[in-house]
Amino acid sequence: MQQILFALVENQPGVLNRVASLFSRRKFNIESLNVGRTERSDISRMTIVCDNKTADASTVEANLYKLVNVIDVQDLTNQPSVVRDLALIKVKASQEQRSEIANLAAIFRAKIVDVAPESVVVEITGTEDKIESLIELLRPIGIEELVRTGQVAMMRGSSDGLRHIPGANGKQLDLSEK
Amino acid sequence: MKITGAEILWKSLIREGVDVVFGYPGGAIMPVYDVMLDYPVYHVLARHEQGAAHMADGYARASNKVGVALATSGPGATNLVTGIATAKMDSSPIVCITGQVASHLLGKDAFQEVDVTGITLPITKHNFLITRADEVSQVVQKAFHIARSGRPGPVVIDFCKNAQIEKIDFEIDQAPEKLSLPGYRTPKHAPELDLRKAAALIAKAEQPVILAGQGALMSKATEVLDLFATKTQTPVAMTLLGLGGLPSSHHLSLGMMGMHGEAYCNQAIQQADLLLAFGMRFDDRVTGNLRTYAPRARKIHVDIDPTEMGKNVDVDLTLMGDLKTVLEDLLPLIGGNDHEPWLSKIDEWKKETSERNIISWQDDGKLHAAQVIHALWEITAGDAIVATGVGQHQMWAAQYYPVEKPYRLITSGGAGTMGFGLPAAIGAWFACRNQEVWLVDGDGSFQMTQAELTTAFQEGANVKVAIINNGFLGMVRQWQEFFFDKRYASTRITGPDFVKLADAHGIPAQRITDPGNVSSAIEFARQTPGPVVLDFVVEMEESVFPMVPTGASLDEMIRRPLRTQPEQV
Repeated sequence: MQQILFALVENQPGVLNRVASLFSRRKFNIESLNVGRTERSDISRMTIVCDNKTADASTVEANLYKLVNVIDVQDLTNQPSVVRDLALIKVKASQEQRSEIANLAAIFRAKIVDVAPESVVVEITGTEDKIESLIELLRPIGIEELVRTGQVAMMRGSSDGLRHIPGANGKQLDLSEK
Repeated sequence: MKITGAEILWKSLIREGVDVVFGYPGGAIMPVYDVMLDYPVYHVLARHEQGAAHMADGYARASNKVGVALATSGPGATNLVTGIATAKMDSSPIVCITGQVASHLLGKDAFQEVDVTGITLPITKHNFLITRADEVSQVVQKAFHIARSGRPGPVVIDFCKNAQIEKIDFEIDQAPEKLSLPGYRTPKHAPELDLRKAAALIAKAEQPVILAGQGALMSKATEVLDLFATKTQTPVAMTLLGLGGLPSSHHLSLGMMGMHGEAYCNQAIQQADLLLAFGMRFDDRVTGNLRTYAPRARKIHVDIDPTEMGKNVDVDLTLMGDLKTVLEDLLPLIGGNDHEPWLSKIDEWKKETSERNIISWQDDGKLHAAQVIHALWEITAGDAIVATGVGQHQMWAAQYYPVEKPYRLITSGGAGTMGFGLPAAIGAWFACRNQEVWLVDGDGSFQMTQAELTTAFQEGANVKVAIINNGFLGMVRQWQEFFFDKRYASTRITGPDFVKLADAHGIPAQRITDPGNVSSAIEFARQTPGPVVLDFVVEMEESVFPMVPTGASLDEMIRRPLRTQPEQV
């Protein structure tokens, strides 16, 4: 089963390396890992998609929690959340094929963002399923290049995701030593 | 006043209470060494950076303070790696400071440049790269805080040369600065609901066993552990690193558990209906086969590290927090108990074990390692700090030098680092100069870091060295005997003449081949100031018993041969 977690980390050099090294050392199987800036310049946000066969979310959370630069970890799996992936798909397209591709893109609310004599680039945002479906339909036409961001996710409303380790993260318990 | 980054380093170290460091100078750390002369810090020159790291580690384990090692960039830093990994596996608080090329040369393959933060990433609790002098004070403070708090561990500070010589306006504040560590929290109290659940399980238990690990020592929980065990009359089994958690003479002590633990200890664990794991991590060396491990026992795991919960063994209840705090919180919630039938059952097993014990053998004119270590224990009244290498002698030391107090057995457990003993003993002596310090080492382990004998000589370190010399890499030989049809591949090892080696330093030394001379040699070493080397030439092919073969159940031990008359093993 796919699990989605996010981690708030200090925006410092080497933090991504620490997380990646941890996953490789503990043999966690990562499907995608996305890092980007947040509303605060000193904090970055990582969205981690992994399989629960190698490690369940609480194990991943516990291990992330041990990294000094990781501020908070929340599990969004099966939580009311918005999950999105973005793909750019370069499709081989002769003049005649362009309208067919445009039609498909329209059905999926995707956009054609570049047109060249031999190809077009389709941009699609959505859930993983939706993107997979479009890719399957475009494949017979001829996909030349494909890139995806990996999933990013956010809880709906004002609630937090799950925190498995009591008091390990977040603000709900003050467990600081001093 | 403007001062350099190197000066800020020493001021910051002194603020952390550092008065001795272990290291080896070199190009990229020279500015730090240069200004060191102006500060009240004693520097111990190791003969190899690995030795410096182990010395810092031995210092930390004996004193429960942070040990500090210093090295230059490149090979200096990479030589620390084994020492850092050793400290990481055993949660030992050390701070290693390495010189680094100037920051504008980083990534350019400059002379003696190595990616130290990259290399040490998986074997440190955390590491830092300093590129500016104004970072030094904060980084040192963070490094020490991280190294000693929570689950302790090694921290590396990689210090660029330009930051060492950069001058900035700086006034050291003796009061700790406010540290910005938003993601670093150390749990203290366990949730009250979990404490109540634990108390209920403890009240119901009829055959409980406490498994005490190094966490008991690191969180200074040994006194409350005694109170807890005594109130509930629960026997206490200890991991190798947990030895000293409860005095070995305590009537509830089961001694060491695991692969070379006494049979009654492992039997008690297998028969238990409740295991209370206090600051230990169910390492494969203490559980034996996990599928058959303590099959009837409910398990409560108290640890400060959330990643240990359920990592190796499924547990019924986890209490995440500082062990001392958790036990103090738990004590008022539990009632007394006498567990009479359970304790008498264990006493029966104990009797049967003592019949097999090698120290009850009669003198057969041969020198047995166990008897040498037992004699050392008797003569030093079990009160010395004992450092060991790794191998048979280490297990014999754990078995035959039972410790009464915490921080007395200095040994590499998790990493099993041969060569740890001699430098660690030197470090321990610097931590506890009024204590008697012995190194019980194997001839193989000793040879790995024997260059540090020169360090002991230069420092006049009052470390007494007992080499248990069987001419074999004995633990591997033992496995070859049991599991590889006695095919002794590369385990026969010839040492130098250890007496002459000591003599080359002017270190007093004796070779002992006759059991009759053991006591007098030990007395000789105790009465001679400074380092002394005793080369005990013991029986070559003795094995450590009991032994749980890999993959076997914890109670499927190869026992000591049962006999009252001595015979050739």
